[in-house]
Amino acid sequence: MDVSQYLDIFLDEAGEHLQSLSDQIMILEQEPENEDTINEIFRAAHSLKGMAGTMGYKNMQNLTHDMENVFSEVRNGNIKIKSDMIDVLFQCLDALEAYTNNIRESSDEGSETNENLIKALNDILNGGTGKGGSSDAPAAEAPAEESKAAEASGDSGDDGWKHIKLGDSETTVLGEALKQGKTPYGLTVKVQESCILKAARAFLVFKAVEELGEVIISEPSTQDIEDEKFDFEFSLITISDKPLDEIISAASAVSEIEKVTGGVLDLDNTEIASDEEEEEAPAAAAPAVQEEAPKEAPRSNAPATTSAAPAKTEKKPAGKPVVNRTVRVDIEKLDVLMNLVSELIIAKNSLVAASGSTEDRINSAITDQVEYLESVTTSLHESVMKVRMVPIESVVSKFPRMIRDLSKKLGKKMELYMSGEDTELDRTVVDEIGDPLMHLLRNSADHGLESAEIRKERGKPEVGSIFLDAYQEGNNVIIEVRDDGNGIDTEAVKNKAIERGVITPEQGDNMTEKEIIDLLFHAGFSTAKVVSDVSGRGVGLDVVKSKIESLSGEVEVKSKLGEGSTWTIRLPLTLAIIQALMVTVGGEKYAISLGSIQTIENISRSSIKLVENKEVIHLRGTVIPLIDLHDVLDAPRLGDEDPEHIIVVIVKKGDKLAGLVVDELIGQQEVVIKSLGKYINKCKVISGATILGDGEVALILDANVLI
Amino acid sequence: MDELSTVSTSVQYIVVKLGEERFGINISYVDNIVRMQRMTRVPEVAPYIKGVINLRGEVVPVMSTRIKMGLEPDVETNATRIIILKFEQQGFIGFIVDAVNEVVTLGTDSIEKVADQNKEGAFVQGVGKSNDGLISILDLNALINDQV
Repeated sequence: MDVSQYLDIFLDEAGEHLQSLSDQIMILEQEPENEDTINEIFRAAHSLKGMAGTMGYKNMQNLTHDMENVFSEVRNGNIKIKSDMIDVLFQCLDALEAYTNNIRESSDEGSETNENLIKALNDILNGGTGKGGSSDAPAAEAPAEESKAAEASGDSGDDGWKHIKLGDSETTVLGEALKQGKTPYGLTVKVQESCILKAARAFLVFKAVEELGEVIISEPSTQDIEDEKFDFEFSLITISDKPLDEIISAASAVSEIEKVTGGVLDLDNTEIASDEEEEEAPAAAAPAVQEEAPKEAPRSNAPATTSAAPAKTEKKPAGKPVVNRTVRVDIEKLDVLMNLVSELIIAKNSLVAASGSTEDRINSAITDQVEYLESVTTSLHESVMKVRMVPIESVVSKFPRMIRDLSKKLGKKMELYMSGEDTELDRTVVDEIGDPLMHLLRNSADHGLESAEIRKERGKPEVGSIFLDAYQEGNNVIIEVRDDGNGIDTEAVKNKAIERGVITPEQGDNMTEKEIIDLLFHAGFSTAKVVSDVSGRGVGLDVVKSKIESLSGEVEVKSKLGEGSTWTIRLPLTLAIIQALMVTVGGEKYAISLGSIQTIENISRSSIKLVENKEVIHLRGTVIPLIDLHDVLDAPRLGDEDPEHIIVVIVKKGDKLAGLVVDELIGQQEVVIKSLGKYINKCKVISGATILGDGEVALILDANVLI
Repeated sequence: MDELSTVSTSVQYIVVKLGEERFGINISYVDNIVRMQRMTRVPEVAPYIKGVINLRGEVVPVMSTRIKMGLEPDVETNATRIIILKFEQQGFIGFIVDAVNEVVTLGTDSIEKVADQNKEGAFVQGVGKSNDGLISILDLNALINDQV
């Protein structure tokens, strides 16, 4: 079977299942008795196994198979969760992740069989069953059943239609049909395990069969089939005047149907069979349990129904209880859509400019429509932006596990507190932000937090805390990594920098605390006294910084020795279209992101003061430094400035303010950010360019760089 | 032109003028030729970067070929053009030239490598001969390299 077309979906889903497993095992470690969690884990492991099996990844399948066995025993209460078991499970997850990574790179899982993990799992299993005593049967049955499930369940399920239980009404209908000379047939349809939309395929089968006859009953019920509450197989009984072959071939013609088997329904036998079963096993008849199959796997009933329906007891709980109403879209398609919206906004801006310049008001209808167009494009842009936004949850959700591992590895007690996981960022940013965040967290865990003894001495709680907070601030998203550890020892940093030759001792003496802290971002700088495999390999904060800057963001550190440090990452909410204030400086037009603007002030020249030879203004009790954009941008002074007043745009970054002196304000406008290209990227104060309504290019000022 | 196109390894060049000298630009790099237009100056860049223009919705940097090659600054005339070249790494870059003359096809054997010692020599790959005289073939990568 060619499965390559499903590779992407497989990888996506495997990733989701692995994440879910990781989350749930974390919970399990805290609450070993949580049944929901155990069930969830079991389901995820089972789905993973099925997917791996379908795709032909045997090693992955074997490992998940054994994991599933363990979870199954846990679920049956035969094994209790222990800490070392959690460790083994996490190792299994790592191994599975390694498999998926291999698959992603080479579409081959690799040859690592992870024997030791499988052995460890089996040890857990054996230890567990030994204690359980009475649970021999399930333990023996489970592996046999699992190994068959992936490749051979078709054999045992071929005649599934024979086990359909007929009610009174169905028998009556069947009797009527017989009188009319129609024949009742039973069909069992097996859907390919790789099939993504089982319910849709089943629906098509039903439709095909109904064109030739009438479907009387199905197992599971049509409702359950529609809700995808079946594994890969369903059975139905139909009455038709067409031959059986025709019906089977009609059903098989539906794509992704692996096998259709069927036969003429022998009414008398069926009725007798169901009667017998009801008489024989009134308490726990297999057919009765079958209908409850979605709720739980009725393993315990196996001994009671030795011959009647062993095949049917293999029915598994449905893998996905909740059907997601989502569509996976390739990010490139969204990029194309975004670009088109950008073009549309440029065209709209041209129209606005054109309609504004027509002097006669005859065209008021046009003006109305342009205004309408404006509001529509704005909404369209917002919608497309929202589609591209994803919560950072997908990135940060792996961190609790990482901190747990670090805690064990470093021998420090620590706890990670996260907030604002639902903060949304552009998809491309979210994809990139994981590594820098991971690095900062590791940095906090390794360098920041002290060992438990030292913490005790200093009167801090033994368990160190690391916080990861995300929130939105204007047009930015802020992500803070905070710890209550030792903080940054600026003396140590300075000495290290001198030792490494990054700065000279003389330079070191003249540096402010902030400048010293900034040294941490210097390439190749690592203050770890011992190089551990957690952090301190020399590649580090400089990489974090350049990564964040490549996302048009920035990173800042605040630290207090003995109390901890805070790393603040500031990222733009969107990378494509912003609301901006258009200004002129020396006859040239520039855009300033509205998100960074606090206020706009008209300041009398006489109120400008000099502090340390720099121009400042006092504004509502704050001293704000003035930055003349003519100087920064090397723009000509036209000489026609107002001799009395200057226009100052007050911009903010965090809690810092600065006043930008401009010549004129043009107004607020939605601008599409275009890159200046790789060729002239040296200009720091310019973060990009935009195309105005008249086709002219205006540069976008990055106020954050100026402050 | 036609008689030369029979040479198996022949390349087409766009012939541009800078002053009195004729230069050849490998046509495979050329995306577009546009008239001189208003440019937006970019601060803090090398003096030969004249600014950026809007090319079909893309922002494209434009350099003065003359200043880059150490010649006299451009004097804008009706014949002045911006040749938009596309580079794999740097994307679109525009080059201001005095005029665009014609397209010629030169065989690789009719181009001679020259050890030109004058100031624009660093940007010339070789000299080709066409019916109307000599054409200096521009080394485009040298033109866009060593930027600030």
